[in-house]
Amino acid sequence: MDPTDRFKRTYFEECGDLLSSAEARLMSLGDDPQDGEAMAGLFRAVHSIKGGAGAFGLDRLVKFAHEFETVLDGFRSGKASLDLESHATLLRALDTLADLVQADRSGLVLLDNHEAAAAAELAALKSSLGLQRSGASPRSAGPGRVAEIEPRQKRRWRVRFTPSRDLLRKANEPLLLLRELRTLGAVKVAVDTSAIPDLASIEPDGMYLCWVLEVETAENEERICEVFEFVADDCEIAIEPLPPTSADGPEEPLPAAATALARATETDRAAQGAIAPVSGEQSTIRVDIEKIDRLVNMVGEILITQAMLSQQVAAVQGDVVPELAAGLSQMAAHARELQENVMSIRAQPVKSVFQRMPRLVRELSAQLGKEARVLMSGEDTEVDKTVIEQLSDPLVHMVRNALDHGIEMPDARVTAGKPRTGTILLSARHRGGRIVIEVEDDGAGIDRRRVLEKCVARGLVAPGAAPSDEEIDNFIFLPGFSTASKVSDISGRGVGMDVVKRNIQALGGRVHIDSKPGRGSRFTLSLPLTLAVLDGMIVTLGVERYIVPLASIVESLRPLPRDVARLAGSGRVMALRGEYIRLVYLAQVFGCADAVNDPCRGLVVVAEVENGLKVGLVVDEILGQQQVVIKSLETNYRQIDGISAATILGDGRVALILDLAGLGRVAEAADAAPTAPAALPPPTGSSPAVAQ
Amino acid sequence: MSKRVLTVDDSKTMRDMIAFTLRQAGYEVVEATDGKNALEALAQSKVDCIITDLNMPEMDGLELIRRLRANAAYGATPILMLTTESDSEKKNDGRAAGATGWLVKPFNPEKLVQTVSKVCP
Repeated sequence: MDPTDRFKRTYFEECGDLLSSAEARLMSLGDDPQDGEAMAGLFRAVHSIKGGAGAFGLDRLVKFAHEFETVLDGFRSGKASLDLESHATLLRALDTLADLVQADRSGLVLLDNHEAAAAAELAALKSSLGLQRSGASPRSAGPGRVAEIEPRQKRRWRVRFTPSRDLLRKANEPLLLLRELRTLGAVKVAVDTSAIPDLASIEPDGMYLCWVLEVETAENEERICEVFEFVADDCEIAIEPLPPTSADGPEEPLPAAATALARATETDRAAQGAIAPVSGEQSTIRVDIEKIDRLVNMVGEILITQAMLSQQVAAVQGDVVPELAAGLSQMAAHARELQENVMSIRAQPVKSVFQRMPRLVRELSAQLGKEARVLMSGEDTEVDKTVIEQLSDPLVHMVRNALDHGIEMPDARVTAGKPRTGTILLSARHRGGRIVIEVEDDGAGIDRRRVLEKCVARGLVAPGAAPSDEEIDNFIFLPGFSTASKVSDISGRGVGMDVVKRNIQALGGRVHIDSKPGRGSRFTLSLPLTLAVLDGMIVTLGVERYIVPLASIVESLRPLPRDVARLAGSGRVMALRGEYIRLVYLAQVFGCADAVNDPCRGLVVVAEVENGLKVGLVVDEILGQQQVVIKSLETNYRQIDGISAATILGDGRVALILDLAGLGRVAEAADAAPTAPAALPPPTGSSPAVAQ
Repeated sequence: MSKRVLTVDDSKTMRDMIAFTLRQAGYEVVEATDGKNALEALAQSKVDCIITDLNMPEMDGLELIRRLRANAAYGATPILMLTTESDSEKKNDGRAAGATGWLVKPFNPEKLVQTVSKVCP
């Protein structure tokens, strides 16, 4: 059935209920005219009938219900009291309303003046009550504005946006406003941070920033105003036209904001999602990267030593010299600051990668016959050099993908009511000790039907399976998947999104898709800021400690014995919410004889290995979460399957960091030959080769 | 992960239409019949955006908005209220209570999606 028909049916059924409840309330008002609750209920019923009628374009019903509602509102708000005569008027109005509903429901055509008498009575009652509700009479929802046929000249506007302190308390988000403004055309953003008070007097949900925005758009002033519609009462906004400049003029900062910016250069980087800091004259010095790496390494050692000292001091109960404890905590703070500073030497703005994209997009869109532009924000966000180097390929692939599969042909875009030119938005920002990079396009979104068909055709998904939208979106990360019907020159050369995901995961990152049909897709990458430290979960196996990378952990739990089963030929599995998860008995893999080695007495840490595949690691217990300094095993010992690196814990013990992808393979081999000896020698806490 | 929207309305027609339209646009939708019911629903699952009617039995939209803004967990969640064009007074009350934005009834599906994505893309 057509959804509209279905909604209409629901609506008319609901009208039946509303009319009978309205009648009951009106009757009880006859007995007790002061019954406010009954009057409010009556008003609501008529209001709901009107609301639905408006949505279906039942104009005649809307018009009458509106008059009726206006009168009821007068009684409801106590502007007048109900007497016998007005009660009779309301009764007749309700009957008439029921007639109109019935007519629309059955398709009968009533006489043109059917409701005239009741409407006249209502009008008389209205004027006798002195009611004049503000605002025009309601319209039914028609189609949106008619698209302008003539292309308009682009103009430049300056928007001064000074929000009130309260803006955030109503959950209005300035970043979304800036993004929306950007949909109108190119925007230059300058933020004034001078109003930010010192930390002690800052209100966490207070708004202290204001913006000067320069937008170049073919839209009119009204459309710009519309962007700020919801915040109009909570800000000062001034929109003024600017004289046109020569196209692609030099990138000068906005004059009005320049002083504000100069004042603000040293302040927070929090706003940098939107603003490019003014770079002044800087003197630099070339340093050999190896020297920096040695420095990074030494800082790591200092952090370990510091953690060790802290732990020992904490272990001495009570009688610690207070000066010693205070000195230690101060040293911890200094060590952390030192670490941040040293890491920042290796950090580089993501601009170096982002900068290559506009050209890539220009060339590719010419090749594909598409029109697209690239917008960037937060390109000065910094991240470790190694991360940047590894980021380049995945990012190029994602941008290509967005252009090839996301952005539609210009004509198709126009038909869909979008601007001819597609937009790919690249953004970077720091969040929670990680860098978040987004690649967003305003194209067609993921064609879920086709993705599913393809997966079924390739045997990646069982026919007849009904995966959720989110699951379907994630299918594009399956190895060898490509939705382009024919292998195109651009992004269908076997290097698929699975490679992107693998590369990102290798960096300790995560990829996340958000796609809306017809409106575009957004890929969000979240990466660690550095590869020298890692957020890990410390787990125990007997006396040994191991580190599981936090980014891979999905959850941890202790299963019931009935949920653990052995499958022929593929080892043991655990049932978790209707899904089977392969269990990896770490104690067997690593040969830890004193471990619990029983998921039902120990714990199962569920972790994502790759391509959404999950494994359950059987461990004794979880000790906690900690940032650990990564020590390469390859340079100190040799490469081992299932282990990515080592670290030194606060008590001086060596702990191995698990490589989950490798571990999956080791466990598979062990399951295939269950009697084979453990693949690895047990690590010893004092291994000198590793501790170096 | 798709964003989750809570629609609060005593009219099943409105709830159905809002849910249908938003689901097509890629949102996940949960429904509640009035303010009280909405608070119960929110105790069970977190949402990214709330669309509420103002006139409802039990607890009306204004009271719902006030209670949500008083709750730290929902202090920063966008709340859109459904108003009628003729009711600017109600709109101001809603703004004062802490509503993020509004949607004028009647509206067409495009307007609904456009408005929701304005505060919760």
